[in-house]
Amino acid sequence: MHSIPGRRVVMALFLIFLLLPIYWLVNMSFKTNTEIVSTMTLWPHTPTLQHYKRIFIDESWYSGYIHSLEYVVINTIISISVALPAAYAFSRYRFLGDKHLFFWLLSNRMAPAAVYALPFFNLYSAIGLFDTPWAVALAHCIFNVPLAVWILEGFVSGVPREIDETAFLDGYSFPRFFIKILVPLIASGIGVAAFFCFMFSWVELLLARTLTSVDAKPIAAVMTRTVSAAGMDWGLLSAAGVLTIIPGALVIWFVRNYIARGFALGRV
Amino acid sequence: MDKTVNQKAWFLVLPVFLVVAFSAILPLMTVVNYSMQDTFGNNQFFWNGVGWFKELLDPSTDLGGRFLASLGRNLFFSAVILAIEVPLGIVIALSMPREGWSVAACLVILALPLLIPWNVVGTIWQIFGRPDIGLLGYVLNSIGINYNYVSNDIDAWVTVIVMDVWHWTSLVALLCYAGLKSIPDAYYQAAQIDGASRWAVFKAIQLPKMHRVLLIAVLLRFMDSFMIYTEPFVVTGGGPGNSTTFISIELVKIALGQFDLGKAAALSLVYNLIILIVCWVFYTVMTNAGAERPAKEGVA
Repeated sequence: MHSIPGRRVVMALFLIFLLLPIYWLVNMSFKTNTEIVSTMTLWPHTPTLQHYKRIFIDESWYSGYIHSLEYVVINTIISISVALPAAYAFSRYRFLGDKHLFFWLLSNRMAPAAVYALPFFNLYSAIGLFDTPWAVALAHCIFNVPLAVWILEGFVSGVPREIDETAFLDGYSFPRFFIKILVPLIASGIGVAAFFCFMFSWVELLLARTLTSVDAKPIAAVMTRTVSAAGMDWGLLSAAGVLTIIPGALVIWFVRNYIARGFALGRV
Repeated sequence: MDKTVNQKAWFLVLPVFLVVAFSAILPLMTVVNYSMQDTFGNNQFFWNGVGWFKELLDPSTDLGGRFLASLGRNLFFSAVILAIEVPLGIVIALSMPREGWSVAACLVILALPLLIPWNVVGTIWQIFGRPDIGLLGYVLNSIGINYNYVSNDIDAWVTVIVMDVWHWTSLVALLCYAGLKSIPDAYYQAAQIDGASRWAVFKAIQLPKMHRVLLIAVLLRFMDSFMIYTEPFVVTGGGPGNSTTFISIELVKIALGQFDLGKAAALSLVYNLIILIVCWVFYTVMTNAGAERPAKEGVA
Protein backbone atom coordinates (compact mmCIF):
# COMPACT_ATOMS: atom_id res chain seq x y z
CA MET A 1 0.00 0.00 0.00
CA HIS A 2 1.24 3.51 -0.75
CA SER A 3 2.41 5.37 2.27
CA ILE A 4 0.60 8.39 3.59
CA PRO A 5 2.82 11.15 4.98
CA GLY A 6 0.41 11.78 7.85
CA ARG A 7 1.14 8.35 9.25
CA ARG A 8 4.65 9.15 10.35
CA VAL A 9 3.55 12.38 11.96
CA VAL A 10 0.79 10.65 13.95
CA MET A 11 3.18 7.95 15.12
CA ALA A 12 5.90 10.43 16.04
CA LEU A 13 3.49 12.63 17.99
CA PHE A 14 2.15 9.65 19.92
CA LEU A 15 5.62 8.35 20.74
CA ILE A 16 6.60 11.82 22.00
CA PHE A 17 3.47 11.84 24.14
CA LEU A 18 4.49 8.46 25.59
CA LEU A 19 8.09 9.45 26.22
CA LEU A 20 7.66 12.97 27.65
CA PRO A 21 6.53 11.95 31.16
CA ILE A 22 9.24 9.28 31.30
CA TYR A 23 11.87 11.81 30.21
CA TRP A 24 10.71 14.11 32.98
CA LEU A 25 11.02 11.32 35.58
CA VAL A 26 14.56 10.50 34.44
CA ASN A 27 15.40 14.21 34.42
CA MET A 28 14.17 14.61 38.00
CA SER A 29 16.06 11.58 39.22
CA PHE A 30 19.42 13.18 38.35
CA LYS A 31 18.66 16.53 39.97
CA THR A 32 19.35 17.56 43.53
CA ASN A 33 16.27 18.28 45.59
CA THR A 34 17.21 21.96 45.84
CA GLU A 35 17.28 22.21 42.06
CA ILE A 36 13.93 20.44 41.76
CA VAL A 37 12.18 22.79 44.15
CA SER A 38 13.89 26.05 43.28
CA THR A 39 14.07 26.21 39.48
CA MET A 40 12.47 24.80 36.37
CA THR A 41 15.20 23.19 34.28
CA LEU A 42 14.85 20.96 31.25
CA TRP A 43 18.01 19.03 32.10
CA PRO A 44 19.90 18.66 35.38
CA HIS A 45 22.30 21.61 35.72
CA THR A 46 24.06 20.05 38.68
CA PRO A 47 23.69 16.36 37.84
CA THR A 48 23.94 14.05 40.81
CA LEU A 49 23.84 10.33 41.44
CA GLN A 50 23.03 10.73 45.14
CA HIS A 51 19.50 9.31 44.83
CA TYR A 52 20.64 6.19 43.00
CA LYS A 53 23.51 5.77 45.42
CA ARG A 54 21.15 5.85 48.36
CA ILE A 55 18.91 3.17 46.85
CA PHE A 56 21.85 0.86 46.17
CA ILE A 57 23.38 1.35 49.63
CA ASP A 58 20.31 1.37 51.87
CA GLU A 59 19.13 -2.19 52.41
CA SER A 60 15.50 -1.26 53.01
CA TRP A 61 15.51 0.20 49.48
CA TYR A 62 17.28 -2.37 47.38
CA SER A 63 15.67 -5.30 49.23
CA GLY A 64 12.34 -4.00 47.92
CA TYR A 65 13.47 -4.77 44.37
CA ILE A 66 14.64 -8.22 45.40
CA HIS A 67 11.30 -8.98 47.09
CA SER A 68 9.37 -7.82 44.04
CA LEU A 69 11.47 -9.93 41.69
CA GLU A 70 11.12 -12.92 44.04
CA TYR A 71 7.36 -13.09 43.96
CA VAL A 72 7.19 -12.22 40.26
CA VAL A 73 9.48 -15.15 39.40
CA ILE A 74 7.68 -17.60 41.73
CA ASN A 75 4.35 -16.53 40.32
CA THR A 76 5.49 -16.90 36.70
CA ILE A 77 6.83 -20.41 37.36
CA ILE A 78 3.66 -21.56 39.16
CA SER A 79 1.36 -20.01 36.57
CA ILE A 80 3.10 -21.52 33.57
CA SER A 81 3.55 -24.99 35.06
CA VAL A 82 -0.10 -25.41 36.09
CA ALA A 83 -1.43 -23.71 32.98
CA LEU A 84 0.45 -25.93 30.47
CA PRO A 85 -1.46 -29.20 31.05
CA ALA A 86 -4.74 -27.32 31.36
CA ALA A 87 -4.13 -25.49 28.09
CA TYR A 88 -3.51 -28.85 26.44
CA ALA A 89 -6.72 -30.26 27.89
CA PHE A 90 -8.81 -27.27 26.78
CA SER A 91 -7.30 -27.38 23.32
CA ARG A 92 -7.65 -31.11 22.65
CA TYR A 93 -10.51 -32.52 24.66
CA ARG A 94 -14.14 -32.05 25.52
CA PHE A 95 -15.04 -32.82 29.09
CA LEU A 96 -17.82 -32.25 31.55
CA GLY A 97 -18.14 -28.54 32.29
CA ASP A 98 -15.23 -27.43 30.10
CA LYS A 99 -16.88 -24.26 28.82
CA HIS A 100 -18.15 -23.26 32.24
CA LEU A 101 -14.72 -23.85 33.71
CA PHE A 102 -13.09 -21.73 31.03
CA PHE A 103 -15.52 -18.89 31.64
CA TRP A 104 -15.04 -19.16 35.39
CA LEU A 105 -11.26 -18.89 34.90
CA LEU A 106 -11.68 -15.91 32.62
CA SER A 107 -14.00 -14.18 35.08
CA ASN A 108 -11.28 -14.42 37.72
CA ARG A 109 -8.94 -12.50 35.46
CA MET A 110 -11.50 -9.71 35.60
CA ALA A 111 -12.16 -9.76 39.33
CA PRO A 112 -11.19 -6.50 41.01
CA ALA A 113 -8.18 -6.85 43.30
CA ALA A 114 -9.84 -4.54 45.81
CA VAL A 115 -12.51 -7.18 46.47
CA TYR A 116 -9.91 -9.75 47.41
CA ALA A 117 -7.53 -7.58 49.42
CA LEU A 118 -9.13 -8.17 52.81
CA PRO A 119 -10.09 -11.86 52.47
CA PHE A 120 -6.60 -12.62 51.16
CA PHE A 121 -5.14 -10.88 54.19
CA ASN A 122 -7.20 -13.15 56.47
CA LEU A 123 -6.52 -16.29 54.46
CA TYR A 124 -2.77 -15.91 54.23
CA SER A 125 -2.47 -14.84 57.86
CA ALA A 126 -4.39 -17.95 58.88
CA ILE A 127 -2.10 -20.34 57.00
CA GLY A 128 1.06 -18.54 58.07
CA LEU A 129 2.17 -17.28 54.68
CA PHE A 130 1.57 -13.59 55.40
CA ASP A 131 4.60 -11.40 54.67
CA THR A 132 6.32 -13.99 52.47
CA PRO A 133 6.84 -13.80 48.72
CA TRP A 134 4.74 -16.97 48.44
CA ALA A 135 1.62 -15.17 49.62
CA VAL A 136 1.90 -12.53 46.90
CA ALA A 137 2.89 -15.11 44.28
CA LEU A 138 -0.14 -17.27 45.07
CA ALA A 139 -2.46 -14.27 45.24
CA HIS A 140 -1.31 -13.08 41.82
CA CYS A 141 -2.16 -16.52 40.42
CA ILE A 142 -5.80 -15.50 40.52
CA PHE A 143 -5.35 -13.34 37.43
CA ASN A 144 -2.17 -14.78 35.91
CA VAL A 145 -3.17 -18.47 35.76
CA PRO A 146 -6.33 -17.77 33.70
CA LEU A 147 -4.33 -15.49 31.43
CA ALA A 148 -1.62 -18.11 30.94
CA VAL A 149 -4.22 -20.78 30.17
CA TRP A 150 -5.85 -18.47 27.65
CA ILE A 151 -2.60 -17.65 25.85
CA LEU A 152 -1.17 -21.19 25.89
CA GLU A 153 -4.44 -22.69 24.68
CA GLY A 154 -4.04 -20.63 21.51
CA PHE A 155 -0.50 -21.87 20.99
CA VAL A 156 -1.31 -25.55 21.67
CA SER A 157 -4.19 -25.33 19.18
CA GLY A 158 -1.62 -24.24 16.61
CA VAL A 159 0.16 -27.63 16.92
CA PRO A 160 -1.41 -30.20 14.57
CA ARG A 161 -3.10 -33.15 16.28
CA GLU A 162 -1.21 -35.57 14.03
CA ILE A 163 1.94 -34.85 16.01
CA ASP A 164 0.30 -36.11 19.24
CA GLU A 165 -1.02 -39.21 17.50
CA THR A 166 2.31 -40.07 15.88
CA ALA A 167 4.11 -39.67 19.19
CA PHE A 168 1.69 -41.96 20.99
CA LEU A 169 1.98 -44.55 18.18
CA ASP A 170 5.74 -44.39 18.60
CA GLY A 171 5.23 -45.46 22.20
CA TYR A 172 5.72 -42.14 23.97
CA SER A 173 4.04 -42.00 27.37
CA PHE A 174 1.94 -38.90 28.02
CA PRO A 175 4.42 -37.13 30.34
CA ARG A 176 7.31 -37.90 28.02
CA PHE A 177 5.41 -36.65 24.97
CA PHE A 178 4.53 -33.53 26.87
CA ILE A 179 8.07 -32.64 27.92
CA LYS A 180 10.01 -33.93 24.91
CA ILE A 181 7.72 -32.92 22.07
CA LEU A 182 4.96 -30.48 22.99
CA VAL A 183 6.92 -28.07 25.20
CA PRO A 184 9.71 -27.49 22.64
CA LEU A 185 7.09 -26.97 19.92
CA ILE A 186 5.33 -24.19 21.80
CA ALA A 187 8.47 -22.69 23.34
CA SER A 188 7.75 -19.23 21.91
CA GLY A 189 4.21 -19.44 23.30
CA ILE A 190 5.58 -20.25 26.73
CA GLY A 191 7.85 -17.24 26.38
CA VAL A 192 4.91 -14.98 25.52
CA ALA A 193 2.81 -16.35 28.39
CA ALA A 194 5.72 -15.88 30.80
CA PHE A 195 6.10 -12.32 29.53
CA PHE A 196 2.48 -11.52 30.31
CA CYS A 197 2.64 -13.20 33.73
CA PHE A 198 5.79 -11.25 34.55
CA MET A 199 4.17 -8.05 33.36
CA PHE A 200 0.94 -8.30 35.34
CA SER A 201 2.63 -9.53 38.51
CA TRP A 202 5.28 -6.81 38.30
CA VAL A 203 2.83 -3.93 37.90
CA GLU A 204 0.30 -4.97 40.55
CA LEU A 205 0.48 -3.11 43.83
CA LEU A 206 -2.70 -3.39 45.88
CA LEU A 207 -2.46 -7.11 46.71
CA ALA A 208 1.32 -7.05 47.00
CA ARG A 209 1.10 -4.24 49.53
CA THR A 210 -1.74 -5.76 51.53
CA LEU A 211 -0.09 -9.16 51.89
CA THR A 212 3.31 -7.97 53.12
CA SER A 213 4.57 -5.87 55.98
CA VAL A 214 8.33 -6.04 56.53
CA ASP A 215 10.12 -9.12 55.28
CA ALA A 216 8.65 -9.28 51.79
CA LYS A 217 7.75 -5.63 51.20
CA PRO A 218 7.71 -4.92 47.44
CA ILE A 219 9.49 -1.90 46.00
CA ALA A 220 6.16 -0.29 45.19
CA ALA A 221 5.34 -0.17 48.89
CA VAL A 222 8.81 1.02 49.87
CA MET A 223 8.33 3.99 47.54
CA THR A 224 5.53 5.37 49.71
CA ARG A 225 8.16 6.05 52.38
CA THR A 226 9.54 9.05 50.52
CA VAL A 227 6.82 11.18 52.12
CA SER A 228 8.32 12.55 55.31
CA ALA A 229 7.84 15.43 57.69
CA ALA A 230 10.23 17.49 55.58
CA GLY A 231 8.00 17.04 52.53
CA MET A 232 8.39 14.78 49.54
CA ASP A 233 11.83 13.56 48.55
CA TRP A 234 11.08 13.98 44.84
CA GLY A 235 14.54 13.08 43.60
CA LEU A 236 14.64 9.80 45.49
CA LEU A 237 11.08 8.95 44.42
CA SER A 238 12.00 9.60 40.76
CA ALA A 239 15.15 7.51 40.97
CA ALA A 240 13.20 4.61 42.49
CA GLY A 241 10.61 4.99 39.73
CA VAL A 242 13.24 4.91 37.00
CA LEU A 243 14.70 1.73 38.47
CA THR A 244 11.28 0.00 38.38
CA ILE A 245 10.99 0.75 34.66
CA ILE A 246 14.28 -0.97 33.82
CA PRO A 247 13.27 -4.64 34.34
CA GLY A 248 10.20 -4.09 32.18
CA ALA A 249 12.23 -2.39 29.45
CA LEU A 250 14.74 -5.27 29.47
CA VAL A 251 11.98 -7.87 29.17
CA ILE A 252 10.37 -6.01 26.26
CA TRP A 253 13.71 -5.80 24.49
CA PHE A 254 14.07 -9.58 24.64
CA VAL A 255 10.58 -10.33 23.33
CA ARG A 256 10.32 -7.41 20.88
CA ASN A 257 10.09 -9.70 17.85
CA TYR A 258 7.37 -11.76 19.49
CA ILE A 259 5.17 -8.99 20.87
CA ALA A 260 2.92 -8.72 17.83
CA ARG A 261 2.94 -12.45 17.17
CA GLY A 262 2.25 -13.15 20.83
CA PHE A 263 -0.72 -10.84 20.85
CA ALA A 264 -2.09 -12.50 17.72
CA LEU A 265 -1.65 -16.16 18.60
CA GLY A 266 -2.46 -15.76 22.24
CA ARG A 267 -5.47 -13.69 21.24
CA VAL A 268 -4.91 -11.46 24.24
CA MET B 1 -15.22 -29.60 15.87
CA ASP B 2 -12.60 -32.31 16.08
CA LYS B 3 -12.21 -32.38 19.85
CA THR B 4 -12.67 -35.78 21.42
CA VAL B 5 -14.68 -36.30 24.57
CA ASN B 6 -12.36 -37.40 27.33
CA GLN B 7 -13.32 -37.00 30.96
CA LYS B 8 -9.78 -37.81 32.06
CA ALA B 9 -8.83 -34.36 30.81
CA TRP B 10 -10.07 -33.18 34.18
CA PHE B 11 -6.83 -34.50 35.67
CA LEU B 12 -4.90 -32.08 33.48
CA VAL B 13 -7.11 -29.20 34.50
CA LEU B 14 -7.10 -30.11 38.18
CA PRO B 15 -3.94 -28.16 39.17
CA VAL B 16 -5.32 -24.98 37.62
CA PHE B 17 -8.65 -25.58 39.26
CA LEU B 18 -7.06 -26.08 42.69
CA VAL B 19 -4.75 -23.06 42.48
CA VAL B 20 -7.47 -20.69 41.30
CA ALA B 21 -10.11 -22.14 43.62
CA PHE B 22 -7.76 -21.63 46.56
CA SER B 23 -7.38 -17.97 45.61
CA ALA B 24 -10.92 -17.37 44.44
CA ILE B 25 -13.48 -19.55 46.17
CA LEU B 26 -12.16 -19.54 49.75
CA PRO B 27 -11.84 -15.74 49.93
CA LEU B 28 -15.21 -15.32 48.25
CA MET B 29 -16.81 -17.50 50.94
CA THR B 30 -15.29 -15.19 53.56
CA VAL B 31 -16.78 -12.22 51.76
CA VAL B 32 -20.24 -13.82 51.64
CA ASN B 33 -19.92 -14.61 55.33
CA TYR B 34 -18.96 -11.04 56.26
CA SER B 35 -21.63 -9.51 54.10
CA MET B 36 -24.35 -10.91 56.36
CA GLN B 37 -22.83 -9.71 59.61
CA ASP B 38 -21.92 -6.61 61.53
CA THR B 39 -18.80 -6.17 63.57
CA PHE B 40 -18.01 -3.95 66.53
CA GLY B 41 -14.34 -4.81 66.74
CA ASN B 42 -12.88 -7.40 69.09
CA ASN B 43 -13.85 -9.99 66.51
CA GLN B 44 -17.44 -9.92 67.70
CA PHE B 45 -19.87 -10.52 64.90
CA PHE B 46 -23.62 -10.05 64.76
CA TRP B 47 -26.05 -11.41 62.25
CA ASN B 48 -27.34 -8.74 59.93
CA GLY B 49 -29.02 -10.75 57.18
CA VAL B 50 -29.48 -8.81 53.98
CA GLY B 51 -29.35 -5.49 55.83
CA TRP B 52 -26.16 -4.29 54.15
CA PHE B 53 -27.47 -5.14 50.70
CA LYS B 54 -30.67 -3.19 51.36
CA GLU B 55 -28.64 -0.22 52.52
CA LEU B 56 -26.29 -0.53 49.56
CA LEU B 57 -29.05 -0.43 46.98
CA ASP B 58 -30.92 2.41 48.64
CA PRO B 59 -29.35 5.70 47.50
CA SER B 60 -30.85 7.67 50.42
CA THR B 61 -28.51 6.01 52.93
CA ASP B 62 -24.87 6.98 53.34
CA LEU B 63 -23.54 3.69 51.99
CA GLY B 64 -25.99 3.51 49.09
CA GLY B 65 -25.29 7.11 48.14
CA ARG B 66 -21.56 6.58 48.11
CA PHE B 67 -21.92 3.38 46.10
CA LEU B 68 -24.16 4.96 43.51
CA ALA B 69 -21.93 8.03 43.18
CA SER B 70 -18.74 6.01 42.75
CA LEU B 71 -20.49 3.61 40.34
CA GLY B 72 -21.60 6.57 38.24
CA ARG B 73 -18.12 8.08 38.24
CA ASN B 74 -16.63 4.72 37.28
CA LEU B 75 -19.05 4.13 34.39
CA PHE B 76 -18.45 7.66 33.10
CA PHE B 77 -14.69 7.13 33.36
CA SER B 78 -14.86 3.80 31.49
CA ALA B 79 -17.02 5.32 28.76
CA VAL B 80 -14.68 8.27 28.25
CA ILE B 81 -11.48 6.25 28.10
CA LEU B 82 -13.04 3.67 25.74
CA ALA B 83 -14.24 6.48 23.48
CA ILE B 84 -10.70 7.88 23.34
CA GLU B 85 -8.50 4.80 23.48
CA VAL B 86 -10.24 2.56 20.94
CA PRO B 87 -10.23 5.00 17.98
CA LEU B 88 -6.79 6.30 18.93
CA GLY B 89 -5.45 2.75 19.24
CA ILE B 90 -6.76 1.92 15.75
CA VAL B 91 -5.16 5.05 14.29
CA ILE B 92 -1.83 4.22 15.96
CA ALA B 93 -1.97 0.63 14.70
CA LEU B 94 -2.65 1.89 11.16
CA SER B 95 0.26 4.33 11.49
CA MET B 96 2.79 1.63 12.36
CA PRO B 97 5.74 1.55 9.95
CA ARG B 98 5.65 -1.45 7.61
CA GLU B 99 9.22 -2.70 7.91
CA GLY B 100 12.75 -1.95 9.02
CA TRP B 101 14.27 -1.21 12.40
CA SER B 102 11.62 1.39 13.15
CA VAL B 103 9.02 -1.38 13.63
CA ALA B 104 10.93 -2.86 16.58
CA ALA B 105 11.65 0.61 17.97
CA CYS B 106 7.97 1.60 17.82
CA LEU B 107 6.85 -1.69 19.39
CA VAL B 108 9.29 -1.33 22.28
CA ILE B 109 8.32 2.27 23.03
CA LEU B 110 4.62 1.43 22.71
CA ALA B 111 4.93 -1.47 25.14
CA LEU B 112 6.96 0.52 27.66
CA PRO B 113 4.06 2.12 29.60
CA LEU B 114 2.41 -1.30 29.95
CA LEU B 115 5.33 -2.62 32.01
CA ILE B 116 5.63 0.23 34.45
CA PRO B 117 4.23 -0.64 37.90
CA TRP B 118 0.88 1.05 38.35
CA ASN B 119 1.91 3.10 41.33
CA VAL B 120 4.92 4.38 39.38
CA VAL B 121 2.55 5.39 36.56
CA GLY B 122 0.72 7.38 39.22
CA THR B 123 3.98 8.84 40.49
CA ILE B 124 5.12 9.81 37.00
CA TRP B 125 1.93 11.77 36.37
CA GLN B 126 1.84 13.17 39.87
CA ILE B 127 5.24 14.72 39.23
CA PHE B 128 4.61 15.58 35.56
CA GLY B 129 1.39 17.43 36.35
CA ARG B 130 2.46 19.46 39.37
CA PRO B 131 2.39 23.19 38.68
CA ASP B 132 5.59 23.81 40.66
CA ILE B 133 7.91 20.99 39.57
CA GLY B 134 6.17 19.19 36.69
CA LEU B 135 6.72 19.98 33.03
CA LEU B 136 3.04 19.71 32.09
CA GLY B 137 1.69 21.71 35.00
CA TYR B 138 4.38 24.35 34.64
CA VAL B 139 3.89 24.81 30.89
CA LEU B 140 0.10 24.94 31.16
CA ASN B 141 0.24 27.52 33.93
CA SER B 142 2.83 29.66 32.20
CA ILE B 143 0.72 29.90 29.04
CA GLY B 144 -2.12 31.16 31.17
CA ILE B 145 -4.19 28.04 31.83
CA ASN B 146 -4.86 27.76 35.51
CA TYR B 147 -4.23 24.06 36.01
CA ASN B 148 -4.00 22.33 39.37
CA TYR B 149 -5.13 18.74 39.75
CA VAL B 150 -4.95 18.88 43.54
CA SER B 151 -7.62 21.49 44.01
CA ASN B 152 -9.72 21.54 40.84
CA ASP B 153 -12.19 18.73 40.09
CA ILE B 154 -12.06 19.07 36.32
CA ASP B 155 -8.27 19.23 36.24
CA ALA B 156 -8.11 16.10 38.39
CA TRP B 157 -10.44 14.29 35.99
CA VAL B 158 -8.50 15.41 32.92
CA THR B 159 -5.26 14.26 34.54
CA VAL B 160 -6.65 10.83 35.42
CA ILE B 161 -8.07 10.37 31.91
CA VAL B 162 -4.93 11.54 30.09
CA MET B 163 -2.90 9.29 32.36
CA ASP B 164 -5.04 6.31 31.44
CA VAL B 165 -4.79 7.12 27.74
CA TRP B 166 -1.02 7.35 28.15
CA HIS B 167 -0.91 4.07 30.04
CA TRP B 168 -3.25 1.82 28.06
CA THR B 169 -3.74 3.07 24.48
CA SER B 170 -0.69 1.01 23.55
CA LEU B 171 -2.51 -2.18 24.51
CA VAL B 172 -5.33 -1.41 22.07
CA ALA B 173 -2.79 -0.38 19.44
CA LEU B 174 -0.73 -3.57 19.84
CA LEU B 175 -3.84 -5.76 19.66
CA CYS B 176 -5.04 -4.00 16.50
CA TYR B 177 -1.57 -4.20 15.02
CA ALA B 178 -1.61 -7.96 15.60
CA GLY B 179 -4.95 -8.14 13.77
CA LEU B 180 -3.64 -6.05 10.87
CA LYS B 181 -0.52 -8.20 10.54
CA SER B 182 -2.69 -11.22 9.75
CA ILE B 183 -4.02 -9.61 6.54
CA PRO B 184 -2.32 -11.10 3.47
CA ASP B 185 -0.80 -8.63 0.99
CA ALA B 186 -3.00 -10.04 -1.76
CA TYR B 187 -6.02 -8.32 -0.19
CA TYR B 188 -4.40 -4.91 -0.56
CA GLN B 189 -3.31 -5.65 -4.13
CA ALA B 190 -6.86 -6.66 -5.01
CA ALA B 191 -8.17 -3.46 -3.44
CA GLN B 192 -5.67 -1.42 -5.45
CA ILE B 193 -6.75 -3.05 -8.69
CA ASP B 194 -10.36 -2.29 -7.82
CA GLY B 195 -9.33 1.31 -7.19
CA ALA B 196 -10.65 1.26 -3.66
CA SER B 197 -10.27 4.40 -1.59
CA ARG B 198 -8.30 4.47 1.67
CA TRP B 199 -11.58 4.55 3.61
CA ALA B 200 -13.01 1.62 1.64
CA VAL B 201 -9.89 -0.44 2.35
CA PHE B 202 -10.25 0.34 6.03
CA LYS B 203 -13.95 -0.50 6.13
CA ALA B 204 -13.95 -3.60 3.95
CA ILE B 205 -10.60 -5.20 4.78
CA GLN B 206 -8.92 -3.85 7.88
CA LEU B 207 -11.86 -3.34 10.25
CA PRO B 208 -13.37 -6.83 9.75
CA LYS B 209 -9.94 -8.36 10.42
CA MET B 210 -9.58 -6.37 13.62
CA HIS B 211 -13.08 -7.29 14.76
CA ARG B 212 -12.06 -10.04 17.18
CA VAL B 213 -9.01 -8.36 18.65
CA LEU B 214 -11.06 -5.19 19.09
CA LEU B 215 -13.62 -7.11 21.13
CA ILE B 216 -10.82 -8.38 23.35
CA ALA B 217 -9.39 -4.88 23.62
CA VAL B 218 -12.75 -3.40 24.61
CA LEU B 219 -13.33 -6.18 27.14
CA LEU B 220 -9.91 -5.80 28.75
CA ARG B 221 -10.05 -2.02 28.78
CA PHE B 222 -13.57 -1.94 30.20
CA MET B 223 -12.73 -4.41 32.96
CA ASP B 224 -9.44 -2.84 33.92
CA SER B 225 -10.86 0.67 33.93
CA PHE B 226 -13.83 -0.55 35.93
CA MET B 227 -11.55 -1.85 38.66
CA ILE B 228 -8.96 0.92 38.46
CA TYR B 229 -7.43 1.69 41.81
CA THR B 230 -3.73 2.39 42.05
CA GLU B 231 -3.12 5.12 39.49
CA PRO B 232 -5.83 7.60 40.54
CA PHE B 233 -5.16 6.73 44.17
CA VAL B 234 -1.53 7.79 43.85
CA VAL B 235 -2.25 10.92 41.83
CA THR B 236 -5.38 12.34 43.45
CA GLY B 237 -6.07 10.03 46.41
CA GLY B 238 -9.69 10.05 45.23
CA GLY B 239 -9.93 13.82 45.58
CA PRO B 240 -10.36 16.72 45.47
CA GLY B 241 -13.21 15.88 47.83
CA ASN B 242 -14.61 12.68 46.41
CA SER B 243 -14.53 13.72 42.77
CA THR B 244 -12.23 10.92 41.54
CA THR B 245 -13.22 8.24 44.06
CA PHE B 246 -13.91 5.17 41.94
CA ILE B 247 -15.55 1.99 43.26
CA SER B 248 -12.30 0.24 44.16
CA ILE B 249 -11.05 3.27 46.06
CA GLU B 250 -14.35 3.53 47.93
CA LEU B 251 -14.20 -0.19 48.70
CA VAL B 252 -10.67 -0.11 50.08
CA LYS B 253 -11.59 2.97 52.13
CA ILE B 254 -14.52 1.13 53.72
CA ALA B 255 -12.74 -2.20 54.16
CA LEU B 256 -9.21 -1.31 55.23
CA GLY B 257 -9.76 2.29 56.31
CA GLN B 258 -12.91 2.09 58.41
CA PHE B 259 -12.73 -1.70 58.87
CA ASP B 260 -16.45 -1.90 58.15
CA LEU B 261 -16.23 -5.50 57.02
CA GLY B 262 -19.95 -6.11 56.52
CA LYS B 263 -20.50 -3.06 54.32
CA ALA B 264 -17.32 -3.71 52.35
CA ALA B 265 -18.24 -7.33 51.75
CA ALA B 266 -21.72 -6.46 50.52
CA LEU B 267 -20.22 -3.86 48.19
CA SER B 268 -17.66 -6.42 46.98
CA LEU B 269 -20.34 -8.92 46.06
CA VAL B 270 -22.45 -6.45 44.11
CA TYR B 271 -19.30 -5.12 42.42
CA ASN B 272 -18.23 -8.65 41.46
CA LEU B 273 -21.69 -9.46 40.18
CA ILE B 274 -21.68 -6.46 37.83
CA ILE B 275 -18.28 -7.52 36.48
CA LEU B 276 -19.42 -11.13 36.08
CA ILE B 277 -22.47 -10.09 34.06
CA VAL B 278 -20.52 -7.80 31.74
CA CYS B 279 -17.84 -10.45 31.35
CA TRP B 280 -20.44 -13.06 30.44
CA VAL B 281 -22.01 -10.81 27.80
CA PHE B 282 -18.61 -10.19 26.20
CA TYR B 283 -17.66 -13.86 26.41
CA THR B 284 -20.87 -14.91 24.65
CA VAL B 285 -20.41 -12.30 21.93
CA MET B 286 -16.78 -13.33 21.53
CA THR B 287 -17.38 -17.08 21.24
CA ASN B 288 -20.24 -16.45 18.82
CA ALA B 289 -18.02 -14.22 16.71
CA GLY B 290 -15.41 -16.98 16.74
CA ALA B 291 -17.91 -19.67 15.73
CA GLU B 292 -19.16 -17.70 12.74
CA ARG B 293 -15.76 -17.64 11.08
CA PRO B 294 -13.83 -20.67 9.90
CA ALA B 295 -10.94 -21.43 12.23
CA LYS B 296 -8.23 -20.98 9.62
CA GLU B 297 -9.26 -17.42 8.94
CA GLY B 298 -9.27 -16.10 12.43
CA VAL B 299 -5.76 -16.50 13.85
CA ALA B 300 -6.24 -13.25 15.64
